[in-house]
Amino acid sequence: MTMQRRSFLKLMGAGAGLGAASLMTGCAGLGMEGPTGGRRVVVVGGGYGGTIAAKYIRMMDKSIEVVLVERNDHFVSCPFSNLYIGGLMKDLSALTINYDKLAANHGIKFVQAEVTGVDAGAKLVRTSRGDIRYDRLVLSPGIDFRAEEIKGYDLASTPELMPHAWKAGPQTVLLRKQLEAMPAGGSVVMSIPLAPFRCPPGPYERASMIAMYLKQHKPKSKIVILDGNPDIVSKKGLFLKGWKKHYEGIIDYRPAKKVTEIDAGKKTVLIEGLEDVRGDVVNLIPPQRAGAIAVAAGVVGPDKNWCPVNPTTFESTLKKDIHVIGDACIAGAMPKSGYSANSEAKTCATNIVNAMNGREIVDMSGINTCYSYLSAKEAVSVTGVYRVNKEKNVIEAAPGSVAVSPDLSELEAIYAESWLKNILTEMST
Amino acid sequence: MKISQIKWALSAAALALSASAFAAPPTPAMISNACAGCHGTNGASAGPSMPSLAGHNKESIVVAMKKFKSGERPGTVMGRLAKGYSDADFAAMADFFSKQKFHATGQSLDSAKVARGKSLEEESCSRCHMEGGKEGKDDSPIMASQWLPYLQIQMGQYLNGQRKMPEKMAEKVKPLSKEDLDALLHFYASVK
Repeated sequence: MTMQRRSFLKLMGAGAGLGAASLMTGCAGLGMEGPTGGRRVVVVGGGYGGTIAAKYIRMMDKSIEVVLVERNDHFVSCPFSNLYIGGLMKDLSALTINYDKLAANHGIKFVQAEVTGVDAGAKLVRTSRGDIRYDRLVLSPGIDFRAEEIKGYDLASTPELMPHAWKAGPQTVLLRKQLEAMPAGGSVVMSIPLAPFRCPPGPYERASMIAMYLKQHKPKSKIVILDGNPDIVSKKGLFLKGWKKHYEGIIDYRPAKKVTEIDAGKKTVLIEGLEDVRGDVVNLIPPQRAGAIAVAAGVVGPDKNWCPVNPTTFESTLKKDIHVIGDACIAGAMPKSGYSANSEAKTCATNIVNAMNGREIVDMSGINTCYSYLSAKEAVSVTGVYRVNKEKNVIEAAPGSVAVSPDLSELEAIYAESWLKNILTEMST
Repeated sequence: MKISQIKWALSAAALALSASAFAAPPTPAMISNACAGCHGTNGASAGPSMPSLAGHNKESIVVAMKKFKSGERPGTVMGRLAKGYSDADFAAMADFFSKQKFHATGQSLDSAKVARGKSLEEESCSRCHMEGGKEGKDDSPIMASQWLPYLQIQMGQYLNGQRKMPEKMAEKVKPLSKEDLDALLHFYASVK
């Protein structure tokens, strides 16, 4: 029996009386398009944000029905996926969770389906398996790519040749395979888009992990980093220190090199039409915007990329009763990180429960803690505590709380592992 | 600015202001839930180098946070995060986590070491870490069922001087060998 069918049966409960044929075709409908009873929250996206929003709403109020809609039956964490690319993990199992325990423990209705649209007027989420009516909708759709900004980039075919690996899973595996297949002495090209993008230190951690792999397994190879930004976006001093310590002559960092065109077949990227760079492996991370579901729901702001939200409730400033959390939203000073999404989800969940019970809205108190590995045993971190500035109506960092590690640290690498264990456990149980 | 953009800005501003301007200050749960990404839901840690906070006495949490903030207690992220909070926030966290149910971890431990630790525990530690470490006197933290790697990191920091031992603890620790201490940590990790 496939995971999809198991989840479906769980959702419908035993003895739902549907024929096997209709189950298999996926056209049975969910029976969720009718009136809701006034207490249904639909959460779209089962990643760092969505799982936590769904769970905390149910933890705080069992009278609220929560439906979690996600296209996959499992989730692979982007945080730590660079360690797999660097060869420190043999597979993605430590990064993979499913929704079985989360749904069972908290009475969340898990629906594995592709969201195809949102009708904010009728309060309906349209999915590949039928419509679902909501009283409040939480979107945690992550990111999609602004392919139109790179000439020659095709959303379907380019990632197969030039993996972005910026959504963890098959793309992560593909990039690793390409590195393994690369001849010694070859070159890896990584392209970093202009900020803001998902996980500000992520590209630099990845470069570190790839350099570590090259140093061990592909003598005389190097990695050229073409950074669209004028400088390293996050943890700059620590990355430079780590690169000097471990990867001198392997990492060639070039700032202000924005890739504007590619020839995927020739594995070549063009910078502002002036300079081409060819790689044996090209890790092209395209510029990003809120996930397509947010675009379809009409909650993307005038910058055409990200979703403006109320900093206390994470309700869209554009559509009533639709909340947006995680990488897709504009959360003031909070970076687009997994931990931020976790914190945003809890704030959003708390205030959805408050609003649905006619209680006072409560201000956020959020955290970001984000680790990056520089070598097999050393990591660094950045932290922040976040609150709403009431006058400016924006999320700001608490003074003194945003800071990076003083140095590369083996202890931080140990803590980082527990970070992963705890946050994925929180999402999956 | 086009008319549509002005309209957008006005409606956005109206929606945005509707909630946050009148919101209440963060509750203990709001402040503490943010910690759970690393310390586990309701402070029940699943990560072997992170302590569970569930069921700690209030004083131990407040004292730990103050020491992280001042730098007296060594930390990595904790020293930095603590700077973002006030004493009132620490009290709120302490209130929240002290009310959570004690979290029993399932760890595989060397039973000989656990037994040796058990034989040393009463004489060496039980005056402050009471009830097999399930309770703490004053600001003594809950030791029962904490992850062994967490306990070992902390003991390591005490022994190398990074973390200052309370005087009474220093007196008790002094005659113990490293093996004895490790056995004691095994014992506390085993208590459910």
